[in-house]
Amino acid sequence: MQIDNKEFKPNIVAFCCNWCSYAGADLAGTSRLSYPADVKIIKVPCSCRVNPMFILRAFEKGADGVILCGCHPGDCHYSTGNYYTRRRMTLLFSMLNYLGIENGRTRVEWVSAAEGVKFSTVMNEFVEKIHSLGENVRLGDLRCKR
Amino acid sequence: MQKIIERAKELLSKGEVARVLGWKKGDLAYNPEPAFFNCTDELTSFTYNGFCGANLSKYMIEASKLDGKTLVFLKPCDTYSFNQLIKEHRVDREKAYIIGVSCSGNYSVEKINKAGIKGIESIEIDGENLKVQTIYGQKTMAAKDALMERCTVCKGKEHKIFDELIEINTAYQNEDVTSRFDMVEKLEAMTSEERFIFWQNELSKCIRCNACRNACPACSCRKCVFDSNNFDSAQKANVDSFEEKMFHIIRAFHVAGRCTDCGECSRVCPQGIPLHLLNRKFIKDINEFYGEFQAGEDAQSKGPLTSFTLEDVEPSIVGERK
Repeated sequence: MQIDNKEFKPNIVAFCCNWCSYAGADLAGTSRLSYPADVKIIKVPCSCRVNPMFILRAFEKGADGVILCGCHPGDCHYSTGNYYTRRRMTLLFSMLNYLGIENGRTRVEWVSAAEGVKFSTVMNEFVEKIHSLGENVRLGDLRCKR
Repeated sequence: MQKIIERAKELLSKGEVARVLGWKKGDLAYNPEPAFFNCTDELTSFTYNGFCGANLSKYMIEASKLDGKTLVFLKPCDTYSFNQLIKEHRVDREKAYIIGVSCSGNYSVEKINKAGIKGIESIEIDGENLKVQTIYGQKTMAAKDALMERCTVCKGKEHKIFDELIEINTAYQNEDVTSRFDMVEKLEAMTSEERFIFWQNELSKCIRCNACRNACPACSCRKCVFDSNNFDSAQKANVDSFEEKMFHIIRAFHVAGRCTDCGECSRVCPQGIPLHLLNRKFIKDINEFYGEFQAGEDAQSKGPLTSFTLEDVEPSIVGERK
């Protein structure tokens, strides 16, 4: 048996909407703001494209935290997409909490295309939170961690 | 029951309906099953009693595709599901002739067995008691103790949609209705760790028989996400602890805002998993966050997940509460 004493490196999935948050991430990059490399960004057309299954699937495949970024309510490129996201995710997160999953593993943040600073602070905060929560065991699929 | 059969025969022989959807006697005293009756002769095996738990609304999806009207018997709580299916354009109101039958609660044979009564031959409701004829002799138990969980939190005896009502003299009416969110609140009061263990215990019993999915009147997609071959936990026994959780979260989420809390999922679960607790959590959250909503109350209103207001709470509220 191999003893693994490597430092915990979380896997974090960030769903970013094409119009605001992905551009926000871009701005963070061009502004030379840093955020941890543990964050893997997945671009989606709108935050409401994110089916609750995507989030569960990310956890199944070994994510330790999932963050969903979209345009601020009222600023959605498709007018109303993020309002639906807001209701959906509130209920999903509440359900995960009800099943005994730690609260901080999921998060929704509204980041506009002009908020590069916000993007990098949010990601830094989130990664720190996941570091303090440690590895995701309660919502994981053990087969993926072989 | 005679009144129901006579009315069904009348409508069938007059040709007003092409078939009757009801319950027929099962192999045992306590397992009547849903059935279509196409001619008056078949109606001899029709039955309606405290064990006719099946919600017939879902069968109307298929019946709506057949020629002619279908006479369907709905209990008060089944009419909510029917309304919801009309709202989603899954059933054709014109193809249904609904007779609302009164209900005095459904009994659970598991609860009767748990009370130490086995080898049941026949069951009779006698006032506030159930008279059970068993192979070991006659036994009695309080009807209240044999009621299904969903009936102890009954939504009411009012039919929400019907063409005619048939009142049946019901010997016993449960008046002692408790709040349906009691158990949800109890779970919410636990620590995260305790809740995790509770659900791990319950959901690990799951054998993925899909009975909850198949019985649920809200689960009515023609092509189900769980039937996709690309889905990891599709149509097979679970290999590890995550799959059943994912299955049950998704199942409950897909009916969130549409679940009328009819309790069919828990009734049909062969493993006795309290699946209604997942649905009720969504109902409770929707009530708290977006205002009181009862799915199936009518056939027009917009569901909470297909509408929004500008002032909705942010998802971060989940962490802030408690």
